[in-house]
Amino acid sequence: MLTYVIRRALVAIPTLLGVATVVFSLLRLLPGDPATVIAGPTATPESIANIRHQLGLDQPIWQQYLGFLGRLLRGDLGISTRTGQPVVQEILTRAPFTAELAVASLLLAIVVGVAAGVLAATRRNTGADLGISSTAVFGVSMPVYWLGLMLIIVFAVRLRVLPAAGDDQGLVSLVLPAITLALFSMGLITRQTRSAMLEVLGQDFVRTARAKGAGRRTVLIRHALRNALLPIVTTIGLQFGTLLGGAVITESVFAWPGMGRLLLDSIFSRDYSVVQGVVLMLAVAFIAINLLTDLIYAYVDPRIRYS
Amino acid sequence: MSTRASATAEAARSERLERQEPAGRPQSRVWVRLRTHPSALVGIVILAAYVLAGLLGPLVLHYDPIHQNLSDAFLPASPAHPLGTDDLGRDELIRLVYGTRYTLVLGFAAVAIGVGIGVPLGAVSGYYGGWIDLGGQRLTDVLLAFPNILLALALVATLGVGLQNVIISVGITSIPIFVRLVRASTLSVRELPYVEAGRALGVPSAAILFRHVVPNSLAPVIVQASLQLGAAILIAAGLGFLGLGVQAPTPEWGTMLGASRNYIFSDPNLATFPGLAIFGAVLAFNLLGDGLRDALDPRLK
Repeated sequence: MLTYVIRRALVAIPTLLGVATVVFSLLRLLPGDPATVIAGPTATPESIANIRHQLGLDQPIWQQYLGFLGRLLRGDLGISTRTGQPVVQEILTRAPFTAELAVASLLLAIVVGVAAGVLAATRRNTGADLGISSTAVFGVSMPVYWLGLMLIIVFAVRLRVLPAAGDDQGLVSLVLPAITLALFSMGLITRQTRSAMLEVLGQDFVRTARAKGAGRRTVLIRHALRNALLPIVTTIGLQFGTLLGGAVITESVFAWPGMGRLLLDSIFSRDYSVVQGVVLMLAVAFIAINLLTDLIYAYVDPRIRYS
Repeated sequence: MSTRASATAEAARSERLERQEPAGRPQSRVWVRLRTHPSALVGIVILAAYVLAGLLGPLVLHYDPIHQNLSDAFLPASPAHPLGTDDLGRDELIRLVYGTRYTLVLGFAAVAIGVGIGVPLGAVSGYYGGWIDLGGQRLTDVLLAFPNILLALALVATLGVGLQNVIISVGITSIPIFVRLVRASTLSVRELPYVEAGRALGVPSAAILFRHVVPNSLAPVIVQASLQLGAAILIAAGLGFLGLGVQAPTPEWGTMLGASRNYIFSDPNLATFPGLAIFGAVLAFNLLGDGLRDALDPRLK
């Protein structure tokens, strides 16, 4: 198992380097001179030169690149031009909010999605299956931003039972953002669970388990679900990326003070060090989650470790 | 005699009906399966309605989608304005109708970029293997490492907003999935006898690749393209919603939805209809994708 862990971790290194390169290139892809763009329309030539020097844009490109990688290794993401704070610190104060939102949504999506998927599979081609499957396809087609607005209109404006925005009411303020963000993943997990369960339920070992007199619940959970878990775990792992991306939009809808809002605010104020930092951190988080998924995979299915 | 002949033909026909196996060429068989697939049918009908609305709507409703008329702002629904008017006095329905065009163009152009770059890249990567494959795979890994809308967001933040840059950004995010898909199916046919026979006959590898290997992976690509159209529309409208997509006053659904947030308490309808339009379009492409999957490749069910 340890060899497998190390091998998987090593494969992530070129990906991390690639991600860092893309993030580095972002600033250099800006149309025109980045320093002029960042300084804004009212800048003096001195302030432009100042920014150019501060960002190291007056050095040759390879030197900029190596310097960027070197600072990354030391955990230095630069200084925010908007607040003057280190970018790392800006991100660290916001990260817990995004993590809270993403984890709450993921749990909601897993619990509801797996349960609904199993239910639909066991009641194949009944009204319950049709209802669950249609709700799932609605869920994966729903624009997160629209769902958020509709929930605000119903629960905050009409019924006045939940807050429309902000994070100042503890768990209560998490309810609407978490549901909004979860729905897409919930739909996808439901669909994946249903089809994986259908495939497993048709196999011989399930019939054998039933034939030897194992209880309905035992057959379903211990035999069928356990074997259907692999594609479900993959979907869940990939959903974490969707959740991190969706969080950017959800946070904007609900004024949730996480990394997504930080990213948007920084885009609009042309604070590119922060934009680079947030994009990098979200991608790194996703790579780490994927690595973790692979390890769970190997744990769930020993065949993978030895191949 | 003729009665008996027709009876035989009748029997054959009814047998075919019983087996539900439509006759004819494979293409028409797919079409029949699609037509009788409930979710695909719903998807096709919704899409046809959108296309019709986008094409014919402006002929029926004679309003300007851009011109402001402040004295008519926030009118409720009426026979003259079936969905009311927006904050700048423009007819909401005509703006939605024009929005159909932007949305469909955005979606198809972005997915065309994804297919146009992803398919050849995946085929070459899978067919030649070795260093080319390794490079291609690492590149896709990097693109896939950015959580879905994030890459498009970062690209638009850099390239700038507007229709063209949104198409490019969303298009680039659509590439990796097609690379993966085509690479996988190329790997699975690379060693099959018909490819080997082609090689033995001295057919150039480019011809083998694009005349024999790529067409074989067409079915999953078509399915994925339909699903990806839904995803591309969601992301493009999401960028519009955040103020980083197609810019006002262009009547793009996401941008309209973003603008409606300021009036969510006073005029919630302005948020309801553009969102409903996006939802319907995405739903249609997802349903069609599901139907295509069942029709083109029953094994994938």
